[in-house]
Amino acid sequence: MTRFGDFPKNIVNLPGQGQLPKIPLAGVRAVLLVLVVLVLLFGSLYQVEPEEVGVVLRFGKYARTTEPGLHFKIPLGIEMVEKVPVQRQLKQEFGFRTERPGVRSEFTRSGLQGESLMLTGDLNTAVVEWVVQYRVADPQEFLFKVRHVEETLSDMSEAVMRQIVGDRTVDEVLTVGRQEVADLVEVKLQELCEQYETGIQIEQVVLQNVNPPDPVRPSFNEVNQAEQEKETKINQAQSAYNKVIFRAKGEAQQTISNAEGYALDRVNRAKGQAARFESVFREYRKAPQVTRRRIYLETMNEVLPKMGTKLVLDETLEGVLPLLDLKGVGAGVLSTPAKPGGEQ
Amino acid sequence: MKNVGVVVLVLAVLALANAAFVVRETDQVIKTQFGKPVGDPITKPGLHFKLPVIQKIRRFDKRFLEWDGDATELTTKDKRFIFVDTYARWRITDPLLFFQRLQDERRAQSRLDDILDGETRNAIANHNLVELVRSSNREPEQDSGQIDIQAQLEEIQVGRELIRQEILRAAQSRTGDLGIEVLDVQIKRINYVEDVRRKVYDRMIAERRRIADRYRSEGEGEAARINGELERELKRIQSEAYRTAEEIIGTADAEATEIYAKAYDQSPDARSFYGFLKTMETLSSTADERTSILLSTEGEFYRFLTDIGR
Repeated sequence: MTRFGDFPKNIVNLPGQGQLPKIPLAGVRAVLLVLVVLVLLFGSLYQVEPEEVGVVLRFGKYARTTEPGLHFKIPLGIEMVEKVPVQRQLKQEFGFRTERPGVRSEFTRSGLQGESLMLTGDLNTAVVEWVVQYRVADPQEFLFKVRHVEETLSDMSEAVMRQIVGDRTVDEVLTVGRQEVADLVEVKLQELCEQYETGIQIEQVVLQNVNPPDPVRPSFNEVNQAEQEKETKINQAQSAYNKVIFRAKGEAQQTISNAEGYALDRVNRAKGQAARFESVFREYRKAPQVTRRRIYLETMNEVLPKMGTKLVLDETLEGVLPLLDLKGVGAGVLSTPAKPGGEQ
Repeated sequence: MKNVGVVVLVLAVLALANAAFVVRETDQVIKTQFGKPVGDPITKPGLHFKLPVIQKIRRFDKRFLEWDGDATELTTKDKRFIFVDTYARWRITDPLLFFQRLQDERRAQSRLDDILDGETRNAIANHNLVELVRSSNREPEQDSGQIDIQAQLEEIQVGRELIRQEILRAAQSRTGDLGIEVLDVQIKRINYVEDVRRKVYDRMIAERRRIADRYRSEGEGEAARINGELERELKRIQSEAYRTAEEIIGTADAEATEIYAKAYDQSPDARSFYGFLKTMETLSSTADERTSILLSTEGEFYRFLTDIGR
């Protein structure tokens, strides 16, 4: 409208121009003509950047939309151009602001507690930071339907986020429900954008940091820690169990194997001894007396050399035993199975 | 004559400039004549004309306009002190009526303050806090490890969405005769007032402690259970092994006994021969250099000594 205001002024001034100075009228006219042509030319050219479209208004009424490039319009405020960056992805941040974007972006959170602090369904509080990424999908709606579109979007985002978070427990918001919250907010926000005819397309809602409020945070960490402790304790017990039980199983197997070994040994020995006895006995029965004596004599023959002290007593001698120093002889005294042998 | 022509031309141009006006896409305009509205409101954008000088135009916005309530401290039905921040979208539907009742947007905002703040206050005073926060009675999703640890969500009767609609309807019924329409009211923010917030934090901390304690005791309980199981298993394994071993040994002993008995007990002869053999064996295995032996010539072994002597 400002340029529209210039329009009559030019016309009004033109006739008065020629009267004041007396100097070369033709020269002044030429200069003025060039000036007017330049003004008209510059006023009728405009450029639309690659990510934009130009919305041309004639006397305030929508006339056409132009694509990126150099274009003409009617000058002198009759046609005006509003440029809308339809290709650019725009974003709004809640609970924080990017101060300096980059590899290590810097953020500020001061004074934005009110934006991010919200009530959860169990009447606890959580600090939720999120980003709404959007694009202008309909430049006409974007320009003409809503005043202060971006503030409107910001208000809507806050209301929708609180609505969704308000229907969840603080644990859900902090852990399992994060993605669901973001998805639902995206859907609801898109609905509202259409209801308000903002011309905005919500591309994505991204939950950033979701935390319990600062004063409460240590106790949330404590819960995590306790959960770890629980796992540790169970693992330790489980490991002790495995250590002892598997060893005990092995040892049990060993005990049983030992017993089986004993059993084999015992039975085989018995069988062997029985067989040996059978054989000897079979021969013995053929000549019992001689065999018995032979065995006796053979045994004595084998045994006697091993013994330390041997005393042979004549049967006619009597009362010799009390004289013997049995202590010197040793503890073990064998008496032959002689008939009066019970001297002791 | 020439001068008159110029003057007329200048006046005509001025009049035309004054008579023409632009209505933008975002505008709606009413014409007034000496302060009194004339004709229908103009909502079509483009170039329009009016009577110069005599008629004036009033522009109004055609778009959705914002209304942003102040964050006000309110009390819910269950006596909780909260801050509530609302916003609304509205638009001028009847510029003529709007002009007559409210003159301009500033006054409209102030009326909306009265209406919307009042309705919000009513709605909030009539409901418990949880109704303002929750929208549905959905079941919370449980973290797999946290069964019934979470505070159960309180049931709601009405819910945030319905309360919002209630406020909206009440506001709409009071704005109809002002030439405006309230399209939407939203509760932007609800928060506890500072004092209450501290108490809520305390409660949250206590709740977390409770959960942490529960985890710890669950861990200890589980460990104790495993240890108990360990003891039982150990005893079972050891005793079963012992029992099996004893059974095996017993069976073997019995078998051996049977074998021996079969061999040694087949006849009186066998019994006596076995006794003799065993004695000889024992004698052989027990005698060593520390053993002394007294042999009588009467005995079997040296019997022949005396025989020779005789």
